[in-house]
Amino acid sequence: MGGIRTAGDLVARMQLSRKMRLKEAKEYVADKLKISVDELADEVIMNELRRDLDIGDVYAGMGEQARGIEAKFRIASLLDVDINSVQRFLKKTKWQ
Amino acid sequence: MGDGSFVTLSREEVLRDVEEGVADAVKRGKIESLSTDEIEHIVDICCRPQKFVSVEKGNELVLTYDSGTLKVTRLGIPIGMPQIMQLYERVFAADTLELAYVHYSFKPIKSIVPEEQYAVAETSLVTAAPLLYGAMPNLPLYTQPDGPCPNAAELLPMGKIKEAKQAQEEAAEYAIKDMVFVSSGVYEAGADGIDFDTTAAAGDAEFYATLKATEKLREKYPEMAIEIGMAGEFVLGFHGELEFDGVRLAGLYPHKQVKLAEKAGASIFGAVVNTNSSRTFPWNLGRAVTFCKACVEVADIPVHANVGMGVGGVPLVMTPPIDCVSRASAAMAEVGKLDGL
Repeated sequence: MGGIRTAGDLVARMQLSRKMRLKEAKEYVADKLKISVDELADEVIMNELRRDLDIGDVYAGMGEQARGIEAKFRIASLLDVDINSVQRFLKKTKWQ
Repeated sequence: MGDGSFVTLSREEVLRDVEEGVADAVKRGKIESLSTDEIEHIVDICCRPQKFVSVEKGNELVLTYDSGTLKVTRLGIPIGMPQIMQLYERVFAADTLELAYVHYSFKPIKSIVPEEQYAVAETSLVTAAPLLYGAMPNLPLYTQPDGPCPNAAELLPMGKIKEAKQAQEEAAEYAIKDMVFVSSGVYEAGADGIDFDTTAAAGDAEFYATLKATEKLREKYPEMAIEIGMAGEFVLGFHGELEFDGVRLAGLYPHKQVKLAEKAGASIFGAVVNTNSSRTFPWNLGRAVTFCKACVEVADIPVHANVGMGVGGVPLVMTPPIDCVSRASAAMAEVGKLDGL
C-alpha cells in the first residue's frame, strides 16, 4: 500500500494490533487522519499530512521530521493504540 | 506456465484454464465456485496487454513479509539487519517489517536469542512501521540425527505407526517450547509480534505445535501481533489423529485452517495455495483465488494470501515473472477480496 510513503504502515498496524479486516482498518485510519479512504494511498496528500502530523516519512534526513521511535510515540497517540516498543521505551526511561 | 516457461494463449484458452482451475479448487476444498463475473474478471486481468498490472484506486492492499531481512542477505549484500529494515521502510516503502535470522527456524535461533534481541531492540528505535520477527516452526529439525526425537519419516515405512506418532508428538512439544521461548524474547525486546512462517510444512503435528504455541503466547501477551503463515493449501496427515479444539488437523484446507488460527489467537492468517508447475498461470490463478476467497469469506481476522515463488498462482521459479506476480496480486485484491498479501 506504500508504507510510510502513504498510510500503509498505519493500516497494517491496525490489522496487527486490533485484528481489523482491511475495510475496517482503512476506515479507522482515515477517520483518525480526517481524510477519505481513497486518500490513504495518495503519496502527495499523505506526505504532506505525515509532515503536518510529524509521524515520519521516507525523507527522514530532511528537516526535523520525527523518525523511528519518535514517530511511533506520535502514531500510538494518533491511532489510540499501545505500541510495544513505545511501552518498552517508557518503561526503560521510567516515564511510566 | 507454472514452471515459468512462456506460452501464448487465446482469450478462450485463458477462460477455459481459469474455469478448470476454479473447478479443481471447488472439488478438492468442497467450497463455493467463483461467479461468472468473477471468472471473467480474472480472465480480464490475465489478458491485459501491459507487462505490469495493478488494482483500481482504493483497492490497495497492505503487505506482510516472510524472511524479510533474508531477502537482502541472500543477494550477497553484507549489511546488518537494522539497516535492511530501514531500507524496507524508506526505500521499498514496505507496510510492515520482518526481521529474520539466516537459519530461519526456531530451534537454531533459540541459542542466539540475546543477539536477536539486540537486533530487534535497535531496529525498533530507528523504524516506524510495525516490526515482526519471523521464523519457521520446522518440526523435522527435532528428529534424529539433527534432533532428539526418532524420525517419523523412517518409522512409517517400517510400519511402526504408533512409534511414528509418538515421535511427532514428542517433537511438537519441543517445538512449542522453542516457539514460545524465542517469541517471548523478541517481543520483550520491542518487536510488535511474531510471524510463524511455512506452518505445517511437516504436516499436522507441526500445525498442532504452532497453534498451541500461539495459544500460549496469546495468553502470555494479550497485545502481541501473531501471524500464522501456512506452508501449503492442505495439511498433510503425517500423524493423522492430532486435533486442536476438537477438530482433526489432517486434511484441512485454508477455509478451515483459518478458523483454528483464530481460535488459537492469531492476528493475521496467511493462506497458501500451491502452484502446479505443469499447469498454466491462468489455471493456477483461478484455483488460488477460489481457495483464498473461500477463506476470506469465513474469516473473522485479516487474511493475507501468500503470493510469491510457487504459491498464490505465481510460477515456481527463482525469479518470478513480474507480469504473473502483478496479475496474481491484482486478482487476489479485486476478486479474492484479501485483506493483504
